[in-house]
Amino acid sequence: MIRYLARRLLSLALSLIAASIVIFAVIEVIPGDPAAYMLGLNASPEAVEALRDQLGLNGTAFSRYLDWAGGLLQGDFGQSYTYRVPVAELIGERIQVSLPLAAYALALTVLIAFPVGLIAAARRGRPADWGIMAATQLGIAIPNFWFAMLLVLLFAVKLHWFSAGGFPGWEGGLAAGLKALTLPAIALALPQASILARVMRSSLIDTLHQDYIRTARAKGLTRRQALLRHALRNGLIPVLTIMGLQFSFLLAGAIIIENVFFLPGLGRLIFQAITQRDLIVVESVVMLLVFAVIVVNFVVDIAYGAADPRLRRRR
Amino acid sequence: MRARLPLQFLIGAAIFAAFALAALVSFLWVPHDVTALNIAAKLAPPSREYPLGTDHFGRDMLSMLMVGARTSIAVAILAVGIGMLAGVPLGLWAAARRGSLIDEIIMRGNDLVFAFPSLVIAILITAVFGPSATNAIIAIGIFNIPVFARVSRGAALSLWTRDFIMAARVAGKRAFRISLEHILPNIANVLIVQGTIQFSLGILAEAGLSYVGLGAQPPTPSWGRMLAEAQTMIYTAPRLAILPGLAIVLAVLGLNLMGDGLRDLLDPRLRRARQ
Amino acid sequence: MTAMIEARGLSLAIHATPILRGVSFALREGETFGLVGESGSGKSMTALSLMRLLPEGAEASGEILLDGRDLMALGEAEMCDLRGREMAMISQEPMTALNPVQTIADQVAETLIVHGAARPREARRIALERLARVGLPPDAIPPDRYPHELSGGQRQRVAIAMAIALRPRLLIADEPTTALDVTTQAQILALLKGLVREEGMGLMLITHDLAVVAGMADRVAVMQEGWIVEEGDTESLFTRMRHPYTRALFEASAHQPERRATARAEPLLVAEDVVREYRMPGLRLFGPAPRFRAVDHVSFTIHKGESLGLVGESGCGKSTLTRALLGLDPIDGGRIRLGGEEITAGRHMPARLRRRMQVVFQDPYASFDPRWKVGRLVAEPFHLLETPPEDPGARVAEVLADVGLPADATDRYIHEFSGGQRQRIAIARALVLSPDLVILDEAVSALDVSIRAQILDLLADLQARLGLAWLFISHDLNVVRAITDRVLVMQAGRIVEEGQTERVLTAPEHPYTQTLIKAAPQIPAAWRKALHG
Repeated sequence: MIRYLARRLLSLALSLIAASIVIFAVIEVIPGDPAAYMLGLNASPEAVEALRDQLGLNGTAFSRYLDWAGGLLQGDFGQSYTYRVPVAELIGERIQVSLPLAAYALALTVLIAFPVGLIAAARRGRPADWGIMAATQLGIAIPNFWFAMLLVLLFAVKLHWFSAGGFPGWEGGLAAGLKALTLPAIALALPQASILARVMRSSLIDTLHQDYIRTARAKGLTRRQALLRHALRNGLIPVLTIMGLQFSFLLAGAIIIENVFFLPGLGRLIFQAITQRDLIVVESVVMLLVFAVIVVNFVVDIAYGAADPRLRRRR
Repeated sequence: MRARLPLQFLIGAAIFAAFALAALVSFLWVPHDVTALNIAAKLAPPSREYPLGTDHFGRDMLSMLMVGARTSIAVAILAVGIGMLAGVPLGLWAAARRGSLIDEIIMRGNDLVFAFPSLVIAILITAVFGPSATNAIIAIGIFNIPVFARVSRGAALSLWTRDFIMAARVAGKRAFRISLEHILPNIANVLIVQGTIQFSLGILAEAGLSYVGLGAQPPTPSWGRMLAEAQTMIYTAPRLAILPGLAIVLAVLGLNLMGDGLRDLLDPRLRRARQ
Repeated sequence: MTAMIEARGLSLAIHATPILRGVSFALREGETFGLVGESGSGKSMTALSLMRLLPEGAEASGEILLDGRDLMALGEAEMCDLRGREMAMISQEPMTALNPVQTIADQVAETLIVHGAARPREARRIALERLARVGLPPDAIPPDRYPHELSGGQRQRVAIAMAIALRPRLLIADEPTTALDVTTQAQILALLKGLVREEGMGLMLITHDLAVVAGMADRVAVMQEGWIVEEGDTESLFTRMRHPYTRALFEASAHQPERRATARAEPLLVAEDVVREYRMPGLRLFGPAPRFRAVDHVSFTIHKGESLGLVGESGCGKSTLTRALLGLDPIDGGRIRLGGEEITAGRHMPARLRRRMQVVFQDPYASFDPRWKVGRLVAEPFHLLETPPEDPGARVAEVLADVGLPADATDRYIHEFSGGQRQRIAIARALVLSPDLVILDEAVSALDVSIRAQILDLLADLQARLGLAWLFISHDLNVVRAITDRVLVMQAGRIVEEGQTERVLTAPEHPYTQTLIKAAPQIPAAWRKALHG
């Protein structure tokens, strides 16, 4: 197990380095002078030169990469040009919305998908299964931001149960914060839960066809016992993979959903930065998102090793 | 024995064909010009003249949706094309050299690209080159590459252990030729199914990108941007937000039903169970 | 004695296809009952019917009486109570029959726990006891191992421990040793025999192998296409064989094709000191990976027109050696020459050399691209010719005729053919370039005995007519005896014995060969004599 962990850790570090190089390189590709690009056409040469200095653009690409990556390691993302504050500060503020939103959505996804997938697998071919399959088929097809608009239309405009958008901040109390995130989280979670429930169902049905399920039944286990004691744990292994992938969809989805609900999260930040050509902010937020995806997949890999004893030895 | 076409495939194909037809027709004819603004007719309810009503600029919703279908389908098809053309050869190559350094490099590269959701790629590209439909295609296409590479590698790997591949090697055939003659035709099923899935995901992704302004730019109508424009008027004219959304849902649903039907049809395991 | 379990007029259809057509038999307490038949005869479905664990879409009728109580009338809950307690089952595939993510002790203990026979701590104690009983004592095989850490034979022992945890009165064993090597098979059969004797368990042993039941069963029933065609005490059944199908099955299992000596003294393929190593998955993070020597200084010669056998158990290096001979994998030492020319792996091997040697694989289902028609499949080796033959179709039709298939087979896909026909097509593909040597890699192992006999006849006939050499790789000594002139015995990467087939099989010198021959189940010679005399 230790060897497995060590290998995964090594691969995690390499992925992070590779990702940072890619992002740095893409930003480097920008035609012309990034400083001039950021300031627009009417900038004075002095201002451009000052920004170049501030951005540390006066060095080789390699040394600039080292500066940037070294800064990242210490939590220093550089200075935002438009906001004139450290990017880390901006991100620290916005992440208080985005991260809880993604986590909330992931929790909802799992809470919905697991029981639904389990029921569909246990009752496969029966009306409950048909209903679940039809509902999830629809759930997959719905774009989350449109679903979000429908939720606003129903729960905010018609029923007035929730506000249509905005975020009171965590200072207003946990309950108020969570309430403001509830509609966005539902909008994010439902399509993903539909996918996960279907994966769960088909994975469970696959394992139910395995020889060891028949062995278990021959021992005297009931259908339900065989499902819960033997199929579930084996069937969860592919479900874990999908969950890892879903986290990146949830993060990306959160960026879009924040726009529907006017939430002051990373999504709003990055789109403002794009319009204001604040490349340092774009670069930093992208790096953060990619970092999160890579780390989550690392965690999934570890969970894989814990769930499947065959992997611990082999790799 | 000829397998019966499953019902869900037929339903899905019919729905999607309707959208494809609308998109094709829009090249030749639309009820109203989608670039002409007609403020006098703004927010008109559905009528004989405007079957689905008009938007806040007085443009005909039906025409907008037809042209929007064109945008969505074109972006998604091209993105799937990029993914397949780059991903399948990579996957086949990795499988043919399984366990080698090249396999490792391709698979690690895949993992790396997977860490960039298509929206993030789009953000990066847009930050550098500015928003456009082309950049949306590239962003979604890049994200599709590892999907196809992984799927084709996985399917090819299980074929490489089969005796008929060994027989081809004994007949002196090289890996390239074997991949072309034996592997590719045998994984075509899997690729077609994955293709429909990525197609529907592409439509969703295009809508999302256009919604946040990273996709097709005005005046090109697109379902995602119609939704973005409708958002501010959701209190007064919810119809504007509901129609494009329904279009997306139906198109994606049609494709997914088609994909699932194809999978049932082509999966030999399921076919055997049906016999 | 009265019957413990009895089937009366058991019929079964799956999706309206009849599988069983009124099967009746009875098993007494403590008796071993052999059920023999070829694939598709319905023997496995009979077992699943008794357990009431039939696949979806199956409809059964008739009666299954356990102590006079009809199981067909019981509800699912009552059946669950009976399964594992009164009747238990072990199945064919030890590799997939165990839950991969649960330790073996837990899986054995579960039988006790689900039946409420013991609390977890007590159940574990009993589980360890039962594991020890089946030959897996905790000090040798830690009970917290997972199935993938055990060998096939060990896994089958775990499956048996699970089945006998509650000392059921009936154990159904469905081809319990088919997937195992012959020495492991002998151990598992001995274990089952001991369990029947000591625990007074009834055993229903389902197999395709007449020799296995001959040594195990008190009574035997022979099944064919959903019927029991003959049933009786083992000895009287084997010495009388009233039903023609039983007789045919018996004849086929010991079939000796008529052979004509075609071997010449001229060497064709010469292997000298061949070594092939694999890197093992590294146990350390850095440093050189340990190497596993799969083929260890192997030397032998195949002469022109000779039929050479290569015998060994799984993992002995047979397949690795085959791949090296075919020039598919490089070797790490020694050399292999075919007609004086050195065989090298990969693209360095000239086509002219490659076409002198072809191969037939074990699995008739995996040997062909399902998307190609037979004509194209058989013609695939033409790739090795600089110029394709003027009329490739004629050559394909010719070899198809050689293997006894009609010329119109070329226009059909492979799934339209049975297993035996496919193996004929595989042989045709191997012969299409008129090679000097064909490697037959377990080429008849997947076939039913009657089909196997036909293919052996075909092989003998082809050799007599074409004078080519066979390298016949097999784990089955009967088959090797039937078709080879000389035999090599391989163990752990080395050739441990070599000689004339008859001599090696009747008077083996190496202890490993002796073990192999002793382990192979045989029908007693006296019974054979009585039958033919």
